[in-house]
Amino acid sequence: MQHRCASTAGGTPGRAPAWPGRPVSRRAVTTAGLLAPLAALLAGCGSEGPGTSPRTLRVLDTYTNDPDRTVIGAALDAAAAKVGVTLERVSVAGDSLIQRVLQQGSSGTLPDILMLDNPDLQQIAATTALRPFDEVGVPTDGYTDGVASAGTYDGRVYGLAPTVNTIALFYDVRALDEAGVAPPTTWAELREAASALTRGSRYGLAFCGNSTYEGTWQYLPFFWSNGADERDIATPEAAAGLDLLAGTVADGHASTSVLNWSQADVKDQFVAGRAAMMVNGPWQIPELETIEGLEYDVVTLPVRDPVTQRPVAPLGGEVWTVPATGDRAKERLAGRVLAEFLSDESLVSMAAERSTVPGRPALIEPFLERRPEMAAFADLVRGARARTAELGAEWPATATALYTAVQLAVSGQATGLDALEEAQEYV
Amino acid sequence: MTTTIRAASPALATAPPPARRPGARHRNRRLVTLLFLGPAVLYLLLFYGYPVVQNVVMGFQHYTISTFFTGEAPWAGLDNYREVVGSPLFRTALLNTVLFTIGSIAGQFVLGLAVALFFRRRFPLSGFLRSLILLPWLIPLIAASAVWKWILDTESGALNRVLVGTGLVDTGVPWLSSTSLALVTVIVVNVWIGIPFNAVILHGGLQGIPDELYEAGALDGATRWRAFRHITWPMLRPVVTVVLVLGVVYTLKVLDIILGLTGGGPANATQTLATQSYQLSFATFDFGQGAAVSNILIVISLIFAAVYLRLNRRAVDE
Repeated sequence: MQHRCASTAGGTPGRAPAWPGRPVSRRAVTTAGLLAPLAALLAGCGSEGPGTSPRTLRVLDTYTNDPDRTVIGAALDAAAAKVGVTLERVSVAGDSLIQRVLQQGSSGTLPDILMLDNPDLQQIAATTALRPFDEVGVPTDGYTDGVASAGTYDGRVYGLAPTVNTIALFYDVRALDEAGVAPPTTWAELREAASALTRGSRYGLAFCGNSTYEGTWQYLPFFWSNGADERDIATPEAAAGLDLLAGTVADGHASTSVLNWSQADVKDQFVAGRAAMMVNGPWQIPELETIEGLEYDVVTLPVRDPVTQRPVAPLGGEVWTVPATGDRAKERLAGRVLAEFLSDESLVSMAAERSTVPGRPALIEPFLERRPEMAAFADLVRGARARTAELGAEWPATATALYTAVQLAVSGQATGLDALEEAQEYV
Repeated sequence: MTTTIRAASPALATAPPPARRPGARHRNRRLVTLLFLGPAVLYLLLFYGYPVVQNVVMGFQHYTISTFFTGEAPWAGLDNYREVVGSPLFRTALLNTVLFTIGSIAGQFVLGLAVALFFRRRFPLSGFLRSLILLPWLIPLIAASAVWKWILDTESGALNRVLVGTGLVDTGVPWLSSTSLALVTVIVVNVWIGIPFNAVILHGGLQGIPDELYEAGALDGATRWRAFRHITWPMLRPVVTVVLVLGVVYTLKVLDIILGLTGGGPANATQTLATQSYQLSFATFDFGQGAAVSNILIVISLIFAAVYLRLNRRAVDE
């Protein structure tokens, strides 16, 4: 209770000082002292009170937009119906999820089923807020290594992703045809293509290099594919990937605004015809499909040397967990709902309808029968690497250093290696 | 309270009946005073005292995500402060905070004063125009920063299209994506937001200066600049003090505009102590370090408040 109140206090960065006004009389101070216990009593934060019915489970996720909202909702409801429970689902904005979870954790009102972004899972699991899947009866076999390592903390699985995604290279088919350029497969080809496609108000390439974890996420495929490792970021391999991105901006083949663009902004630039190629993920596909006259295709992101290197994609997607609410019966019910939610048919239809790839390789074939155009992403996801696989709960510090390096290099403040060395001080 | 009652009781016991009434009335009045004071004191303690104390304490704790679930926040001593002050980002953020505050205050105050002086004259539509000046104040900051971000975009922004269209520049100016320009741009937007506040308060102050002073001054040959220098400015000084103190305190903690426009980038060029504190607390979830930065910010604010109150008191004494 006390800590929940405190969370609001600690976060406010700087506030106006108490206005030093008239001196307070001693009597007033004494009165205040006598009233303090009352104040403490009143200060008790109101409890949200978990649902009372034993057959109702509370669910928290961040799917506020369609089609995700309805697709996930239908899958959850179908799973709940099989177990014979009803769900009370709340969807909050993605950037406020962790704050909500912290509030609920400190006031003992965690939901029975909780969705988390996969790089956050280990940090939350480390706090003892989640129940391991072996104790609540959720099957954990058959997932890709990336999904398994993202969901595992201290040797036990705490969360699993039904469907996953990653990023790849989207390109404007007509623009490439006009310029006589083939989709690039190497870094050199990417530079050439970006140069050839830059014309008038259109840039060759758009990517997201902003100062958030999104910037880190878009740098990772270049970082990993070239053999760099997050345990030591200031290496020539990592610098080469950074110099590639910074080079396209320095040459004028990508806008300097990439420093401020989110991935959604990048998609807007692509849709508006101000970029011929973009780095982005399959969650943009539903919107791209609605654009009249846009002809696009997707290929894997280029690697430096295709003979010796394979593209390594960062694993994206949300994991589902069972919080430790203390109510053992409900935790087991939640486990049964998740087991149904993660069943084969449920996974394939969620993946097909949300333009994401099933987290279990065995299901990729039936998935591609329904969405053959997702083959590029399906291939990437098989070997996708989880951001927290090596560093676990320590990942956020390195992620911050990586986007700092991206910002330093892309803005031309430093070369790739200098940027990474400077950024490493932030770890 | 106990001491006062004890002191009053013997008087009640020994005093003859006629003398009782003033004592009772005295006591009643004291009770009424307490009743009136109680809610205010309670409110202050609850909503100002408690959070500030909690924030100070948090700055000395290893307060992380785990704390919310386990309730354990181990004592960290000065670790958080050492870590924060020692980080390379702190110097950048501190310098940016100083530049941002000085730049914003100077711009807001000068332009606000000019607007206030301008609207002292009455002319057709002056009332209408004066209310238009308030507009930036009425727009939610997040909406304002979203619109500004759109206006200032390098390629498609309205400002650059005008500049390129009129041939003033060849290519779009990277207002928000250049490390050397971004801070200036953010300051300009903050000045735009701050003008109404300065103009309104200073305009109020100007209304309080009696016209007779100007008439008397005019007889002595003090008009225009001399009138401003010797009548307006001295008479306006207490209001100026208030505007500047509030301005500094408001500007030090500006967060939403910077987050909305640049998120502290590019390459930390617009990172201030406020955004650093926010990021430590809500992006990396190190609440202890976030609280440490925000405590440093509070101390800076308090120093400013103290300095200006002192100046103000001396001015009043004179």
